[in-house]
Amino acid sequence: MSLLEVCNLKVRFQADRRRLRRSSGCVRAVDDVSFAIEPGETLGLVGESGCGKTSLARAVIRLIEPASGSVWFEGEELTRLDAAALRSRRRKFQMIFQDPYTTLDPLMTAGEAIGEALDVHQLCQGEEDRRRQIEVLLSEVGLDPEHARRYPHEFSGGQRQRIGIARALAVRPKLVVCDEPVSALDVSVQAQIINLLRELQRSLGIAYLFITHDLAVVEHISQRILVMYLGRVMEAGEAKLICRSPKHPYTQALLSAVPVLDPDSKRQRIILPGEPPSPIDPPSGCPFHPRCPLAEARCREQTPALREIGAGHQVACHLVAPPPMG
Amino acid sequence: MRSNLERKRLRNAPTAGIVGGTAAWALSLSPAEAAWLRFKQNRAACIGGLFLLLTVSFVILWPVFRAPGIANWLPPSVTYAPTALSNLQFAAPAAGHWFGTDVHGRDLLSRVVYGARISLLVGLVGAGVSLVIGVLWGAVAGYVGGRCDQIMMRAVDVLYSLPSIVFVIVMITTLEELFKGWLAKVFSPEFAAMGRMLFLFAGLGSVSWLTMARIVRGQVLSLRNQNFVLASLALGASHRRIIFRHILPNVGGVVIVYLTLTVPSIVLYESFLSYLGLGIQPPQASLGSLIAEGASQINPIRIYWWLIAFPGGFLAALLLALNFLGDGLRDALDPRAAERR
Repeated sequence: MSLLEVCNLKVRFQADRRRLRRSSGCVRAVDDVSFAIEPGETLGLVGESGCGKTSLARAVIRLIEPASGSVWFEGEELTRLDAAALRSRRRKFQMIFQDPYTTLDPLMTAGEAIGEALDVHQLCQGEEDRRRQIEVLLSEVGLDPEHARRYPHEFSGGQRQRIGIARALAVRPKLVVCDEPVSALDVSVQAQIINLLRELQRSLGIAYLFITHDLAVVEHISQRILVMYLGRVMEAGEAKLICRSPKHPYTQALLSAVPVLDPDSKRQRIILPGEPPSPIDPPSGCPFHPRCPLAEARCREQTPALREIGAGHQVACHLVAPPPMG
Repeated sequence: MRSNLERKRLRNAPTAGIVGGTAAWALSLSPAEAAWLRFKQNRAACIGGLFLLLTVSFVILWPVFRAPGIANWLPPSVTYAPTALSNLQFAAPAAGHWFGTDVHGRDLLSRVVYGARISLLVGLVGAGVSLVIGVLWGAVAGYVGGRCDQIMMRAVDVLYSLPSIVFVIVMITTLEELFKGWLAKVFSPEFAAMGRMLFLFAGLGSVSWLTMARIVRGQVLSLRNQNFVLASLALGASHRRIIFRHILPNVGGVVIVYLTLTVPSIVLYESFLSYLGLGIQPPQASLGSLIAEGASQINPIRIYWWLIAFPGGFLAALLLALNFLGDGLRDALDPRAAERR
């Protein structure tokens, strides 16, 4: 059984009625997304800004309510739980946020922030045990236990993200949703944080849903990758497979944009024309067809389904040939 | 306590002279200790706090001075009764009457102390009501949002739109009509006379929390969408925990500052009501009614300056001290304040 199974998840946002009176008034942030995460595995979620990555992540752990679809966590339907039951289940899945500058309460010391996680789920026996656990967590994420008494404003961005990680790990979760955990940090710190996350995964066996728009990062950390465009999954499969031989035109364009260190590289950069369309009024057929260099007539009319083209490799494109039958 | 803290600070910071750099010594201090250190660095706040403490204890202890055993030990000028009449009218401040006497020959010092008692009580009750009702009302409206917010804030708007003075007058007189007989029957006729004060509190309280509720709601509305609230939700924290541990502490600074502004406005409101004959009735006095009395004695022939200077100066000193204390508390309770300075 998978740790997490997401089936046909949809997230809708009500568009501001006053300004967009003529449109259908509904943003399809996440449209019909399904995937699964095995225990201890990392699933990378990539896509450009505004394609619904964060909405998907938040809907999975029910920080926002999905419009339809189901989320199974350890065989339990999360979308049907009432508020109190959901709160107690939150111990099993945690989240690391994008911006470490705003996710810590400015009036709470690092120790208090981590201690809150312990208090909410009543994970410590007595004051002494609580203090000790906080110290252990701080050293686990590479901070000095003395730092427990410092306030967020006394830390650097990387250190704050470490506190955020310690807070998420305090309850010993099985799944951690990392919503662009390094995009607000500078490159040298990014590497530290990513290595820290990998080490923690190795020692604690946590599964990650790792959201990023940095393809170099996602290849480094994840076993499988999900590529999203306009709220839909375009391609899914083994990380190495997708990075070496992407099948979907969108993934190909995305990968061609990754900077390469070799100045003599002959690689062709695929430049996509135009902007991503608005999710309020998505194009007919394949959502990618207005920008796709290979689009045909049927791309405009039929929405391609996500089809299996190899072992665990799925692509939603009319132009990618399915494997020969039999 | 004090020397212990100082030692800790010195041990942890070789450059303890630079008190702005909190990081070095904040390391081994608990948040409460660090807040106390920050408060101590603010001299105006310390003096204000000390002045308030002395004034309040002096004002509370005042009746004790007239007790037979104690009065013998004190100079006679601090043992007058506030309502004791004498033939010495309009005496200028002197050794016998430090603050002089008023039109009925009453000792002004005792009247000022007596007035401060009532003014402080009125101010604190008003501020307390605005703190409890205003903060809770605003916090719930802002946090829950949606229709609940609409209904709660429209109620505030309705109360706001009524001319507050008319509202308070109607409130005090109706309450008095309704409950005066009941108070006299259940307690005692003396208590019924005191009941006037209760109605005054109710009237002042009913208008004092409106602005506070609006301010708190606005703050909560912006805090509710902060990422750290979302992070807390993701952690599994209950809404009650989020309101009391994250939201309210973060509106604390604004609330403290607004409270220190509420106290003077209520003290002045009370003096206005007293002037209309709805608040404190003579021979009782409040600082406001004393100032009004002093102002009415101003005439071109003789200037009885002490009648207005002492109660006025006392009121001004109290309010200044309160403002300094409020500012100091706000800065002390915010760990980021030292960096901003």
